[in-house]
Amino acid sequence: MASLTDYGPAMEIQWCPGCGNFGILTAMRRALVALGLEPHQVLMVSGIGQAGKFPHYLHSHVFNGLHGRTLPVATAAKIANHELTVIAVGGDGDGYGEGGNHFINAMTRNVNFTYMVHNNQVYALTKGQASPTSDPGFVTKTTPEGAWAPLRPLALAVACDCSFVARSFSADIDHLANIIQLGIQHKGFAFIEVLQPCVSFNHVNTYEWYQKRVYKLEKDYDPTNRVAAFSKALEWGERIPLGVVYRNDRPVYEEQLGALRTSPLVKQGLDPQQFEELLEELTVQPLKPHR
Amino acid sequence: MPAEINLMVGGEAGQGVQTIGFILAKTLSRAGLFVFADQDYESRIRGGHNFYRVRASDSEVQALTEEMDILIAIDQNTIEFHHSEIREQGVIIFDQDKVRAEGKKANLLGIPLERLSQEKTSNKLMANSVAIGAAIAVGGYEFALLEQTLKEHFAHLGKDIIDGNVKAARAGYDHARQQSPGLVRPRIKALNQATDMMLLNGNESLALGAMAAGCKFMAGYPMTPTTSIIEYMADKGRKFNIVVIQPEDEIAAINMAVGAGFAGVRAMTATSGDGFALMTEGYGLAGMTETPVVIVLGQRSGPAVGLPTRTEQGELGFAIYGGSGEFPRAVLAPCTIEDAFHTAVRAFNLAEKYQIPVVILTDEYLATSYQTVKKFDLSQVKIDRGQLISDEEASRLNGYKRHQFTESGISPRLMPMRGKALVVTDSDEHDETGHTIDDAVMRNRMMLKRLKKSDGLNSEFAKPRLYLKPDAEMTLVGWGSSFGAINEAAQMVEKEGLRVNVMQFNEIWPFPAQAVTSALSSTKRSVVIENNATGQLRRLIRAETGILASGGILKFDGRPFSPKQIATQLSKEAA
Ligand SMILES: Cc1ncc(C[n+]2csc(CCOP(=O)(O)OP(=O)(O)O)c2C)c(N)n1
Ligand code: SF4
Ligand SMILES: [Mg+2]
Repeated sequence: MASLTDYGPAMEIQWCPGCGNFGILTAMRRALVALGLEPHQVLMVSGIGQAGKFPHYLHSHVFNGLHGRTLPVATAAKIANHELTVIAVGGDGDGYGEGGNHFINAMTRNVNFTYMVHNNQVYALTKGQASPTSDPGFVTKTTPEGAWAPLRPLALAVACDCSFVARSFSADIDHLANIIQLGIQHKGFAFIEVLQPCVSFNHVNTYEWYQKRVYKLEKDYDPTNRVAAFSKALEWGERIPLGVVYRNDRPVYEEQLGALRTSPLVKQGLDPQQFEELLEELTVQPLKPHR
Repeated sequence: MPAEINLMVGGEAGQGVQTIGFILAKTLSRAGLFVFADQDYESRIRGGHNFYRVRASDSEVQALTEEMDILIAIDQNTIEFHHSEIREQGVIIFDQDKVRAEGKKANLLGIPLERLSQEKTSNKLMANSVAIGAAIAVGGYEFALLEQTLKEHFAHLGKDIIDGNVKAARAGYDHARQQSPGLVRPRIKALNQATDMMLLNGNESLALGAMAAGCKFMAGYPMTPTTSIIEYMADKGRKFNIVVIQPEDEIAAINMAVGAGFAGVRAMTATSGDGFALMTEGYGLAGMTETPVVIVLGQRSGPAVGLPTRTEQGELGFAIYGGSGEFPRAVLAPCTIEDAFHTAVRAFNLAEKYQIPVVILTDEYLATSYQTVKKFDLSQVKIDRGQLISDEEASRLNGYKRHQFTESGISPRLMPMRGKALVVTDSDEHDETGHTIDDAVMRNRMMLKRLKKSDGLNSEFAKPRLYLKPDAEMTLVGWGSSFGAINEAAQMVEKEGLRVNVMQFNEIWPFPAQAVTSALSSTKRSVVIENNATGQLRRLIRAETGILASGGILKFDGRPFSPKQIATQLSKEAA
């Protein structure tokens, strides 16, 4: 059984002291240990941003790719080896901005992996520009007049019939660790948004700001009711819900792929000769001369 | 002197031009002839003007000619546009009720195509088969050849459709023989009736090569001219456990191919220039993370959308230099339809051996041309996965560095979840373990490690194909799909007394500078022949060898070279 120390950082952590990302890291470690997963069973995929550094800070397989391109890499790695537990992580700029098209399509496609967005409502690594989730009026160097209209990612997710949609808060490690476990256990694409205070570049949406607003979904909340989930997903401002907002058990993409039925693609042997029948199909059979 | 017959079918999009052309090509292949065929079409589903040319010969053919022996005109435009391409003694086959051909310098074979179709099959929609039957009759071939082809071609549509088409074709065949026996030509006989010949196009050949090479994952966003690679693999791949996925865009496509490659399967994508433009960031990602991936770049006329259904060789520089920063890559450009198969196999082997992205540069012309080629020998396909760590080695690993420094620059490659060692890689600069770094010394070492792989690649790269003539006056230089036309042009000018060498590139980057320098120094003059406007190969040769070729023949109107066009220009160069 893996322990927390097995998931210890693989290199020096470069986040600012007090950054919300630390809480997420702790919660992720706990969740992986609680699920009994060993580091070599887990592939973490990320893009670029402060959140993109996340996989380097815990022992697992790591593919740290391009800004915004996390989901296609994770999708294909899962299809190529569906025995891997694949977890994609990234920032709000990475996932909702640069990678928005991949986000939508990953949700509709429904490959079985987990996607965690560290939403700090700002571009942190590039030192404080507006992001797709910045609140209206949020002043940055690129938005001196204030940010304009925010995306509501959870509502987008419900609209895409994403099979698992949840939100948590980096300062509530128990809640987050539990949500991550649920996400990993969920069969299908699991989207988890984590509210993550950035202490250096977002002085509006601070720990206190979130703390004052977040609340946990009521016990009798039904996450399988898509229409109700949509209005829950739109809730933002004075009150911000945490928990599993929506889930369904839609068929998983890779399960309908005949190619994966016998074994993971990576374990299948390669045999050029098996394609002889395709050559036969294209062969022109001359007529036997009948004279 | 090889004997040959050339046919053209023309009509609007949606009138079945391609089907007629393909059936003719297949029927003549079945007669034991060598066939080359290509379509010329506009980017529309209905209307406009499309045509399809078939050249059949008793000897191997690798290009088309302009002069036609038989023209099937489905519409009036075909006659107006192409009557001047008909040879003396040539024949125009047309529907006498719909198309006018009086006064055209050719033998006119007007047939009531639709009426005959209606009469024989109670369906006027089989008129095209009536025309095909007439063409096969004029060619001097027995009906059984065509009958067999029709049965195969329409097999999936059921007995009524098959029987109808055979009846209609028979009517056209008999009509031509009875009404115009004088037009029936002596049949060109197969010299050595080769068995085991396939009739296939460049995309099919390439897709077969990729599958035989063990490609297990293809992510492709549709774009002419490579869409049919994706479709062929999606269709045929099901039976062979190949995953083909149509992603949201080309950015996703390349990142998916990289993700699958990282996980450990042979992976590819296919696109055209604009799609490749979207892929260039991912191209560099493969270079940086040392992930094997094969990218088919089927060129068409650019820039931007250009002429979407037409050919060009405009992306040599793009493939060689494209991407941010500097990273090793290989660029291959198959010269023939047969080559496309072998090049695909080679691409996967090089990609895994050197852990790099490999681009296969084809073009619309190569992609859609059909040719008869000897059936591929699958027992000759060798799969070389390079330094992939076996399960047994993996289980004994004690610590693993994905980007370990080695003499060759190639680090042993581990698939995630084989053994307990962790596989870490990064698009940021990284150290041997794959974790992010920022220091200058490590940066230099890593850059040099990656670039070192080009040396190995270069040393095993095939030299350009050389066809040398003693005391040649000139060397013709080309790359990729123009090979057939250049080669035939060389034969043409030789008949006029101009002795020329031919040098054609397939494996083009890393550039085989030494081989090129020695080849070009054997003649005083060299002419680089390219389907582009700026002479990209000519400039590349100068950059890599210091040799400025004395001439260049360029064509960028979206149409492929014909041997005659090249020969005419060469005669001018030589004068
Ligand atoms: C193609 C591309 N465009 C822009 C950048 C620069 N860039 C790096 S991180 C980033 C935004 C980071 O914001 P977010 O994704 O929210 O992550 P955070 O740093 O806030 O965690 C940008 C724009 C890049 N690396 N690549
Ligand atoms: S800049 Fe913000 S997001 Fe980045 S490490 Fe510092 S606090 Fe965290
Ligand atoms: Mg952010």
